[in-house]
Amino acid sequence: MRFYRRREQVLSVLLVLPSVLALFAFVYGFIGWTGYVSLSNWNRLVPDYTFVGWTNYQRLLQNPRFLITLRNLGVFTGLFVGGSVVLGFLLAVLLDRRVRAEGFFRTVYLYPLALSFIVTGVVWRWLLNPGSPQMGSTGINRLLELMGLGFLKSGWYTDPRVGIIAVAVAAIWQMSGYVMAMYLAGLRGIPEELREAARVDGASELQIYRYVVLPLLRPITFGALIVLGHISLKIYDLVVAMTGTGPGFSCDVPAYFMWETTFRANRFGQGAGIAVILLLIVSLLIVPYLRLSLRREVEV
Amino acid sequence: MRAGRLLLYLVLLAFAVYYLLPVYVLLVTSFKSFAEVNLYRMWSPPRSLSLESFRRALFGGMGYHGLAPNLKNSFLMVLPATLLSAFLGSLNGYVFARWRFRGANTLFTLALFGMFIPYQSVLIPLVQTMRALGLYGTIPGLILTHVIYGIPITTLIFRNYYATVPKELVEAARIDGAGLLGVYRRIMLPLSLPGFAVVLIWQFTSIWNDFLFAVTLAQNPAVQPITVALNNLAGSYIVEWNVQMAGALLAALPTLLVYIFLGRYFMRGLLAGSLKG
Repeated sequence: MRFYRRREQVLSVLLVLPSVLALFAFVYGFIGWTGYVSLSNWNRLVPDYTFVGWTNYQRLLQNPRFLITLRNLGVFTGLFVGGSVVLGFLLAVLLDRRVRAEGFFRTVYLYPLALSFIVTGVVWRWLLNPGSPQMGSTGINRLLELMGLGFLKSGWYTDPRVGIIAVAVAAIWQMSGYVMAMYLAGLRGIPEELREAARVDGASELQIYRYVVLPLLRPITFGALIVLGHISLKIYDLVVAMTGTGPGFSCDVPAYFMWETTFRANRFGQGAGIAVILLLIVSLLIVPYLRLSLRREVEV
Repeated sequence: MRAGRLLLYLVLLAFAVYYLLPVYVLLVTSFKSFAEVNLYRMWSPPRSLSLESFRRALFGGMGYHGLAPNLKNSFLMVLPATLLSAFLGSLNGYVFARWRFRGANTLFTLALFGMFIPYQSVLIPLVQTMRALGLYGTIPGLILTHVIYGIPITTLIFRNYYATVPKELVEAARIDGAGLLGVYRRIMLPLSLPGFAVVLIWQFTSIWNDFLFAVTLAQNPAVQPITVALNNLAGSYIVEWNVQMAGALLAALPTLLVYIFLGRYFMRGLLAGSLKG
């Protein structure tokens, strides 16, 4: 019996070993490799692993474009995560009120999630195409004119003051349904008795949400912030398809800057530096989350 | 109260319009002929249905290539990659669900980190490695990449799924003399069809929609998946709006159909992908 036990353990290790090794090589090995490139002099097409210390990082921190991308990333993340959570929560609360044709509305709110950011970007680039004074307004601007809301017209991504906000509008459109689905699942998990009890105690509907529902949904909010947060910090495809860098780099983000620096300008060392900084930013969000869920699992 | 209900439905409908607006534009524009594409009339329906834009989006027009070969590339990449990563995920999930040795959870958490990283942080070594393996700029190279970076999510979904299989079932099979693989083949695999549905749909959607790996590893137009080709098509100034919209619709169609017909499994994958345990 013990012999079989041992043999099975060896077998199970052998079963997962190839994929675990491949994954760790492609994740941790490659991250280390990228880290090394970021400290090297490889800033042309041919690899050059001469060690140059922090030079690439020093140059990056002096590069105005890099600083703009960091600021844009902050603005984008705030708008996109905040907007999606608020809108998603609102939709979930509305849908939770025993709505007829709930399935229809849910499907409509959620389908953008099945699309690629490239498709979203291509479509929203057209929708937010402001038109020109000679040709007149197009897209959303034209729609606003038709509805008599012309004062809301904007240059969208062609206006450096709006820029990244236009990208956030498209991103919220794509991801808010996802938050709605998470909250809706959470709301369905709250026993009706709890709300009923609060009602008996004389709480208003608003108070019930504030003091009963929202605290119970905290894990969902937390999960949504993690998921949206890491998508937001890595945002790339949408920018590529919708705007590119935008006027004065107003739509530029670190992930986009990294790709251009590395694979268009062949400045691999600099590109690796951006990638490492991006990884650190994402890790600030993800590592505490993973540690928390690991601890929770060990306790169980 | 009735007025309140009416207001509720009006608000819900208003949001439905907001989410459907881009699809409306996509549809009305792609069914217009070039002569009818007029920025002023962007929001008006086409006077007659024209399939010209789809023909051009698929087979090309003056000075640009169509997307038909890229659609084929996408399928050639997505189908094997999806099947392989579901199979690997199921094996890994099975082993991780029963492992109880010290550090198994740490190992698993370290593996999960791989699904959150910005892939920018592995792109340079990935290109170098693919070149060394002779897989750079090939569809098998893309398949390998997607399978490896799909390991964390597929393993996670299957592990959580297998953890719910009752112990008694496994023990009964053991008493009947089934070993590690016997339990997997006779108990776990038949039970895990819904798990496979979730994982296959999840991987199909994310691999189909991937842009970053595709644009980095497939610079050669002959092997480019649809997302890259669509981006090139839409980025070209000579391509008319109606053709761009038709192209976007073609690129979106496979995942949209999956979502519409298999939405239930799609949802489960979503929730599994976002909430651990």
